[in-house]
This record gives sequence, structure tokens and C-alpha cells, in this order.
Amino acid sequence: MLDLLRLLSFGPNGWGDEIASGALLTVELALATLPFGFALGLAVALAKDSRSRALRAAADTFTTVFRGLPELLTLFIVYYGGQMLFSRIASHFVEGATIEVNQFLAGVAALGLVLAAFSSEVFLAALRAVPRGQKEAAAALGLSRFNAFRLVVFPQLWRVALPGLSNNWMVLMKDTSLVSVIAINDLMRQTAIAVGVTKQPFFFYLVACLIYLLFSIASSLVLTRAEKRANRGLTRAGGKA
Amino acid sequence: MIMNLLAQAGDGFLWLMGVIGLNADLMDRYGLRFLGGIWVTLQLVFLSVGIGAVLSLPLAIARIEGGKVARSVSFGYSYFFRGTPLLAQTFLIYYGAGQFREALTDIGLWWFFRDAFNCAVFTFTLNTAAYQCEILRGGIQSLPVGQTEGGKAMGLTRYQIYRTILLPQAYAVGLRPLGNELILMIKSSAIASVVTVYDLMGVTRLAFSRSYDMEVYLWAAALYLLMVEIVRRVWNLLERRLNRHQLLSR
Repeated sequence: MLDLLRLLSFGPNGWGDEIASGALLTVELALATLPFGFALGLAVALAKDSRSRALRAAADTFTTVFRGLPELLTLFIVYYGGQMLFSRIASHFVEGATIEVNQFLAGVAALGLVLAAFSSEVFLAALRAVPRGQKEAAAALGLSRFNAFRLVVFPQLWRVALPGLSNNWMVLMKDTSLVSVIAINDLMRQTAIAVGVTKQPFFFYLVACLIYLLFSIASSLVLTRAEKRANRGLTRAGGKA
Repeated sequence: MIMNLLAQAGDGFLWLMGVIGLNADLMDRYGLRFLGGIWVTLQLVFLSVGIGAVLSLPLAIARIEGGKVARSVSFGYSYFFRGTPLLAQTFLIYYGAGQFREALTDIGLWWFFRDAFNCAVFTFTLNTAAYQCEILRGGIQSLPVGQTEGGKAMGLTRYQIYRTILLPQAYAVGLRPLGNELILMIKSSAIASVVTVYDLMGVTRLAFSRSYDMEVYLWAAALYLLMVEIVRRVWNLLERRLNRHQLLSR
């Protein structure tokens, strides 16, 4: 048992620092995906709610595709497809040029598309939960459509959307493990490297699982506080007035 | 005769695919493997979701009815499996089993864990059981206390209350989330390809590594979307049929 724990030490003899750097990369990846995925998700939700039929159809197709595909497949399509697409474009300018797509960016793009597809449903439901009168009142005050959204609709939408978005975040955190398959040195891959050397798969994968679990627990603590904050000033039937 | 017909149908299909601009040669070479891959994926999904459904019932009931120990075991179990990535769980069991080879041989279980497919089914089952347990628990706890009290007043035993009153309603409440779980499992099953199982994803990766033609990923995408869409439609029908009493009152 002590031998196993010694394997986790930091420094040249232990895997602690490698695993910690992998864990850091996992967090970075998830945090980098978040703004991209949520922004795209919100845009898709607005498109679904728009008056243009073409826009609605495009948004619906987007959601159906990226919610229906396995995340692993999306990742491969973005990574290899991106590589081929960019290489083809590059070879128009320079004969025989190939472009390596940065794995981190490919990971962010693929996970972001999936996150956008799932979060757009959350945003749409929240968008519909904001009463019409709010928008009409904003229009009556002479706010432009953009300002009406920014100042009146969005702050209210946020509160309703938060629980759903928290859920999306938890799923995203776990999905980041898939990027190890395209050779990003995230937590999962660093663990695999440690396993390759030490031949202790059960121990190291258990450690990896516990680190992911720790991330989940930490996130849920933060998100519960955020939800409390978003709900401040809201009175509910049955609650304290 | 039948083989002949099948071959002709296959040729016709390939010709059609060529007409709409897909690579018919490539499909000729890998088409049957893809069918095999779909079969493996379906086996993975239905075995794990089915066995997981059986496991989830005692887990959910332990969570509601059990004493302190049973409750916390069930809670810890589902917290662990829902809070960690399926990929990590799969590695834990597949590679972890390899490490305990001797012990597993001694208790006569090595033949099971030796096979990547079995390990994948085993992991997916544990994973989906945790999610289904939460769905079921939510369903049972969403019911009013009066349901249990009514059962007691009629002199039913605890078992009868569950079997005839609580569970049918809990499954009706949980029908939609259970369908979503099935869809999630179809998607997650692609992870099996990482531990050398030739499911749809595994076959696709094999075909891509040999042909370097992106098209195979698009076939896989179309096939996965097809599977998910079929489940979605079937589930809509199922829900309309099983929950028709609720539809009427709405």
C-alpha cells in the first residue's frame, strides 16, 4: 500500500506531478470549452426561437446531429476532418502543404459543438420561461432589440437556465476524458502513461476516477452557491417571504 | 436463390450509393463489417441497459427503504458511477482486471474478464444501473405519500404496495428519462472501441486507418443518428401508449 502511495509522489520517481499536470489540462480544456459552447448554444437557442423558418430548421438540424452523435465520433470528425480540410485549403496556396490541427483546439471545438447542442435546449426552455410582457415592456421603453435582450431578457433567463447549464457542465467535465484518445496530455492520458510504466492499472485509474469525482464535487459546491445567488430576491410559494 | 437475391440487393444498394456520390468501392469492401459493427453496438447497448435495469431496482429501493448502511452504499455507488467518466471506468475494469489475472483465474472468472466485449458490457451495466437507479428513485419519490398510505389502509404488504402501486407509477414518470438513458448508452457505447471492441465505432476507426477516407466517419455518423432516431420514435409511441391516461387528462 505504501509502495503504491509512493508512486503518487511528486518528482522524478513518482507520478504525482505528471498526473497533476494532466488534471490541470483537463480543467483548462473544460474551462476553455465553456464560453465557446455556451455562446454558440445561446445563439442556436435564439435561432430556434426566431421568425425565420430557415434559421429554425438549421438550428434544429444542428441540435439533432450533435446530440445524436457519440462524442467520440464528433471528436474524430472535427480532428481528422479539420486536418484534411485545412490541408486541402493550404495546398491550394503551397504545393503539398499539410497542416497539423492543434489537438487542444480540436478538442475545444468538438466538445464545444456538443455542449452547444445540449445547452441550446436549456437556453430555449429558459427563453420561453421569460414572460412575453417583459419583452413588450422593454420595447415600450424604447430599448433596441439587442438592449432588450441584454438588459431585460438575459438576466432573467440566466436564473432559469442555471440548473440545466450546471448539468451540462458536469457532463462536459466527464466528456473531456475522451480527448485523451487524440493524444492530448490530459488527466486520462497521463494516467495511461503512468500505467504503461508502473503496470498498476487498477490503482492509477482509480486515482484518476477519484480526481474526476473531486472535480464533480467541487463544481457542485460552486454551482449550488451560484444558483443561490441567481435566485436571490426571488420568493417562492411555501418559502420564507 | 436467397443468397442471389441478397447479392443483387447489395449491388443495387452500392450502385445507389455511388449515384448519390459516396464511395461505392469502399462501401463494398467495408459494408458488411459495418453491419457487424452495428450488431455489436446493439448487443452492447441492450445487454447493459437490460441488466442495468434489473440492478437499478434493488439499488433504488435500498436508497429509499434501506437502513443507514444500505442507503449510503447505494448513494456512494451511484455517486461514483455518475461522477466519473465512463472511459475511466472502462479502463479501470478492463486494464484493472488484467492486473488481477491470477486472482480472477483462481475464482474462475478470468474467462469473462479476458474478453474486452465482456468488460465493456460489465462496465456499461454498472454505469447505466447508477443512472437508472436515480431515475427510478426520482420517480418513486415524486409520488404523493397518500399512495403508500392508501396501500397500507387496504392491508397490502410493503412488497405489494411497491409492485402494484408505486413501481408502475414510478416507471410511468421515469419513462422519458429512461428513453434518454437508452439513447445516451447508444452514444456512450462508442467508448468500447477504445478497448479493442469492434463495435460500429471500432469498425469505423479500422476502416479509416486503412483507407484514410473521411467518408467512413460520415457513414458512422449517419448510422448512429439513425439508431438514435429510431429509439426516439419508438419511445414516443411507447410513451403515448403507456401514458395515455395522462394524455387524456391534459
